[in-house]
Amino acid sequence: MSNRRLAEIQPDSFAFTPANEEICKQLIAKYPEGRQASAVISLLWQAQKQHDYWLPKPAIEKIADMLNMPYIRVLEVATFYTMFNLEPVGRFYIQFCGTTPCLIAGADEIKAVLEKRVGPEATVTSDGLFSWREVECLGACCNAPMVQINDDYYEDLTPENFNQLLDDLAAGRPVRVGSQTGRVSSEPMGGLSALTSLYGTDGLSGPQSVKPAQK
Amino acid sequence: MSKLIVDGIEIDVPPEYTLLQACETAGAEIPRFCFHERLSIAGNCRMCLVEVKGGPPKPAASCAMAVRDLRPGPNGEPPEVFTKSPMVKKAREGVMEFLLVNHPLDCPICDQGGECDLQDQAMAFGVDSSRYIENKRAVEDKYIGALVRTSMNRCIHCTRCVRFTAEVAGTSDMGAIGRGEDMEITTYLETAMTSELQGNVADLCPVGALLPKPYAFKARAWELSKTEAIDIMDALGSAIRIDTRGREVMRILPRLNDAVNEEWISDKARQIVDGLKVRRLDRPYIRKDGKLVAATWQEAFAVIAEKVKMTTADRIGAVAGDLASLEDLFALQSLMRQIGTINLDARQDGVKLDPKFGRASYLFNPSIEGIDEADALMIVGSNPRKEAPVFNARIRKRWLKGNFPIGLIGEKADLTYPYECLGAGPETLASFLGLPSAKKEKPVLLVGQGALARPDGEAVLGLAIKVAVALGVIKDGWNGFGILHTAASRVGALDLGFVPGQKDGVKGLDTQAMTKVGALDVLFNLGADEITIEPGAFVVYQGTHGDRGASRADVILPGATYTEKSGLYVNTEGRVQLSDRANFPPGEAREDWAILRALSDVLGTRLPFDSLAGLRGALYAAHPHLAEIDGIAVIDPIDPSRFGGLGEPDGKIPFVSPVVDFYATNPIARASAVMAECSALAQGLARQAAE
Amino acid sequence: MLEDKDRIFTNLYGFGDWSLKGARARGAWDNTKGLIEKGKDWIINEMKASGLRGRGGAGFPTGLKWSFMPKADPTRPSYLVVNADESEPGTCKDREIMRNDPHLLIEGCLIASFAMEAHACYIYIRGEYIFERERLEAAIAQAYEAKLVGKDNIHGWPFDIYVHHGAGAYICGEETALLESLEGKKGMPRMKPPFPANMGLYGCPTTVNNVESIAVAPTILRRGAAWFSGFGAKNNAGTKLFCISGHVNKRCNVEEAMSIPFRELIDRHCGGIRGGWDNLLAVIPGGSSVPCVPAHEIIDAPMDFDTLRGLKSGLGTAAVIVMDKSTDIVRAIARLSHFYKHESCGQCTPCREGTGWLWRVMMRMAEGRAQKREIDMLLDVTTRIEGHTICALGDAAAWPVQGLIRHFRSEIEKRIDEYAANPHSEPVGDFGVAAE
Ligand SMILES: Cc1cc2nc3c(=O)[nH]c(=O)nc-3n(C[C@H](O)[C@H](O)[C@H](O)COP(=O)(O)O)c2cc1C
Ligand code: SF4
Ligand code: FES
Repeated sequence: MSNRRLAEIQPDSFAFTPANEEICKQLIAKYPEGRQASAVISLLWQAQKQHDYWLPKPAIEKIADMLNMPYIRVLEVATFYTMFNLEPVGRFYIQFCGTTPCLIAGADEIKAVLEKRVGPEATVTSDGLFSWREVECLGACCNAPMVQINDDYYEDLTPENFNQLLDDLAAGRPVRVGSQTGRVSSEPMGGLSALTSLYGTDGLSGPQSVKPAQK
Repeated sequence: MSKLIVDGIEIDVPPEYTLLQACETAGAEIPRFCFHERLSIAGNCRMCLVEVKGGPPKPAASCAMAVRDLRPGPNGEPPEVFTKSPMVKKAREGVMEFLLVNHPLDCPICDQGGECDLQDQAMAFGVDSSRYIENKRAVEDKYIGALVRTSMNRCIHCTRCVRFTAEVAGTSDMGAIGRGEDMEITTYLETAMTSELQGNVADLCPVGALLPKPYAFKARAWELSKTEAIDIMDALGSAIRIDTRGREVMRILPRLNDAVNEEWISDKARQIVDGLKVRRLDRPYIRKDGKLVAATWQEAFAVIAEKVKMTTADRIGAVAGDLASLEDLFALQSLMRQIGTINLDARQDGVKLDPKFGRASYLFNPSIEGIDEADALMIVGSNPRKEAPVFNARIRKRWLKGNFPIGLIGEKADLTYPYECLGAGPETLASFLGLPSAKKEKPVLLVGQGALARPDGEAVLGLAIKVAVALGVIKDGWNGFGILHTAASRVGALDLGFVPGQKDGVKGLDTQAMTKVGALDVLFNLGADEITIEPGAFVVYQGTHGDRGASRADVILPGATYTEKSGLYVNTEGRVQLSDRANFPPGEAREDWAILRALSDVLGTRLPFDSLAGLRGALYAAHPHLAEIDGIAVIDPIDPSRFGGLGEPDGKIPFVSPVVDFYATNPIARASAVMAECSALAQGLARQAAE
Repeated sequence: MLEDKDRIFTNLYGFGDWSLKGARARGAWDNTKGLIEKGKDWIINEMKASGLRGRGGAGFPTGLKWSFMPKADPTRPSYLVVNADESEPGTCKDREIMRNDPHLLIEGCLIASFAMEAHACYIYIRGEYIFERERLEAAIAQAYEAKLVGKDNIHGWPFDIYVHHGAGAYICGEETALLESLEGKKGMPRMKPPFPANMGLYGCPTTVNNVESIAVAPTILRRGAAWFSGFGAKNNAGTKLFCISGHVNKRCNVEEAMSIPFRELIDRHCGGIRGGWDNLLAVIPGGSSVPCVPAHEIIDAPMDFDTLRGLKSGLGTAAVIVMDKSTDIVRAIARLSHFYKHESCGQCTPCREGTGWLWRVMMRMAEGRAQKREIDMLLDVTTRIEGHTICALGDAAAWPVQGLIRHFRSEIEKRIDEYAANPHSEPVGDFGVAAE
């Protein structure tokens, strides 16, 4: 993880958009009276989403003020949880899973693609489109190897389909979120071995089947 | 009580005891780093592991486990704990090894050397070789303020500093950012800490990660002589230890006194050390042709004697400052009596407290420790955080325990705990008269100098007493009425009656009157540096620093600071405490009582004592309660009927705390460059970049 | 083999409709009120009788855990907190529940909360699961809309359910770290005692359960404890979601009967081992925290808590990581050491300092750049972390390394010999400046 510091260059101020302000209110309302600090992660996340996927210092202070927390407590949270980006990231921020289940499923090849196309870890490409980081298990091991790009998971990667995916993203073409080999979720490839009485072996022909939800 | 067996010794301890306490009761030594009696339990260093029989097959952190959490044996045998078993030995060695893998081996250049818990425990519980051959972690040092220097490679992440600032100081200055082996202790983006108690983190740090900055590389622990003394930077009388090397004061540390300061001291108490050494008056001076020129003691005394002889007693007066010891005050008072003057005052701020109302009218009657049991607090005209930071921490500690409503009448300020601001001045105070008594058993009404050091102070005092009675603050079995003083000398002076006297129906002058243009011909000023003496009087200034008082002097008699004399002080709750001498005054400067004794000879009004012991004998004879060192004498309870006819306070004028700049309240503090830096930081003027 | 009619998660793969309508068609929310009317004691007893053991890794009996909750007290409300942090490497089952069958979980939350007299439940979902969170929130909105939950719902137990998310920290799966995180702090585990049942969320009585543990509860209660306990070996009852990753032909999640033999599990659902059964090297049967088991020991082993414990491993979360003979197993385990080093919260000494130490030595061993005597040293270091920390992350960091040395010491030694036989220049030290 190495030491996490706030970015050198910081915006002067941060304010939630009115819509996000409203969301923040709802987030805070989930917790009992006097426990509004509970909302700190969600508010930081909301700020990060609003602010090009990284968290500036004024947002940390703003949220501390909103939740009546000492600044240091919010900074602790922002530096403890690794999803908070403290420095600018690419427009497509790729979190590459390098943990063992992905590793033994071929994550090295995916990492090679990243190194070749995007460059060294944690640096933004000159066009501002991409940056990547190796992260720990993202909890999609049955669909390894995989990456998360911004909010979405892309699974069952091969160097070929991953390259294609990056091409499509760069070109602004639509991409399929989830499995890149056509799996709906984590069912066995090429035909169900369970729940066939409900969905048929192809998942589409049983009494309960509906058109699979896209993801 | 619960029975348990520690290393074969059966003991009986309260069930809420931690295993660590229980083991110590049984005489077992338990190493620890993160655990500290006055902080919450973190249980993170894992050094205090012990073996518990019948528990899970792994050692337990004794600091975090309560005796009541132990389960008895299958046949109801008392639970058994081992502190020396192979499991425990292995655990300690393991933890020690982990602590050291990333700890630099820089003891020879570390200021903590010789008083380092890690060093000591590594000797006691470690092994002699290291199996760790990887590179050691490097951690950037952090700027955290003017008083504490960091050397973060050495940090063992015990989080004592974080817990102290969050819990005791209440400023949440420090935190641990990042996680895992990259966790780093810092302040928010390396800003300076804001607490007036921040220096304590260096004491708490068990290793050399946080060290007192002004003391950096100045001395080694084993070179220092230690003297037990009393702090006089505020009226709390915190127990301190003065460490000297040769004649020089090297540092000041807190001593334990549960009744007063627990084990904390304020930054001013700790870090005025440099102020003791600079701007010192180290020889007598006489003003000649408008300029102060160095003189001998004889010359100085001769000038004074000449002046006094030309003057009648009613044109002579004496003012005493905030740092004087009982002995100094007693000697000056005796001298003035011999001369025959009744113009005497030790209340340079003009506070309207007076011994005529009885001792309880000017003490913090509930006692400092009493705050722990209080169940409500109203603060009137005070900012305890600035006026007595250690005491403020105690209020905060009580507040943290819960069920402790706090109200404030006066200036709003960040006191480190929430309170309800009820109003600003006497009007608000008066509004409580009609209200029914608060349904509290031990409510406290804290009245600060900000409410009393004003022209209508006597009326405010009268009103406060009435309110106290009305609210049930003063009642049978409980006196929650408490004055928070800011001057270390004040209660002692009031005890001595160092206030304007009365002779033949004429009342002596108070400070304000004595300092008026032409009010007196000769004014003795014993270290009163917070007043302006208007032209006219010939001023004899006896003090330690070239401050305000010295610059208005006609003769300067160089005295001794509190580290340089043995002295008695009475704190705000009326506790008499003895402070030992740690070093000697510089140059020609002398202990104050001795100067006054010598002067009395020259004036032909010889004081009847020629040793400190003799002086104290006379003092105790005149005021027997002052002989009770460390005690609080209860002489006369508050008699509300004595407070009639004191007039109406000016309801609209708000109370203002007397302490504007915490770091500059007296001549020693003003001489200290360290205090000046703190003051500038506090005012956000300067921020020195990280070293 | 488990038949579809006995599967609880009938929309595990998302081929059906995730929404309330679809869930109802599959039997969710069926006579929930009836279950509640049978009372909390009945529910807890039934859960105890079902033999369900927690699905979050530790395998603590769920009914028993529920019974630890103290009586409701108006000043200290009780809470149910659902652990949806799912960060144990290899584990990806709760994700499928939340995105494809969220109503099972929501219904379970209501029933469990009722049984523990809790009026509020927080579901703590890992931050990365953004789609899953939104899906779950949408399902909760449906449940509110249909008055299945809420202050004034048709079940007569006022009940609010909230989704809370993390932001990237494995340690927040540990139940007390999760509570800290939920309170807005760093996820640093608390010491126990006090246990959450006494002092949990906001200092109030709290039970933390895994998503799967809660989501199976309604079906168990509807179909009866006996039905559920009919699957699996004694003391290892029920059906269980297995997450099979690694070197099988078809990686997948699947619900199977507990105690299904490993070979059957893989052959039936995963199309066998890549390259055939002879190509199997080792298996990590319960998520990264349990020691690996070599092929010959696991092939015919029933997949359950007790058997795997007998093999000095564990069922954990039933995340089965399969490694064939092409695997660089030293590197695979070294990567797990990196995981634990990265995810250690840093509060206690042995874990903070020890996980980094393990990882550094493991990395060298993966290259062969080590001494053979360091193997025993490494093993000894693991025993000084294990059991000496506040939470079980220390143990979890130690066990994979112990498993490796137990079964593959020769592999490490071979590496060291090869490296020594083919000398390299010493890598230039970075003097520890870059911490990694
Ligand atoms: C380091 C660590 C990580 C854990 N991560 C998870 C997790 O991601 N999800 C989970 O349900 N339980 C996790 N647990 C287990 C929980 O502490 C707890 O035992 C579990 O949530 C209880 O639920 P159950 O009784 O339903 O299994 C973890 C434990 C440890 C020590
Ligand atoms: S700086 Fe000192 S007191 Fe603070 S955590 Fe580190 S070792 Fe402990
Ligand atoms: S003293 Fe007990 S864990 Fe630190």
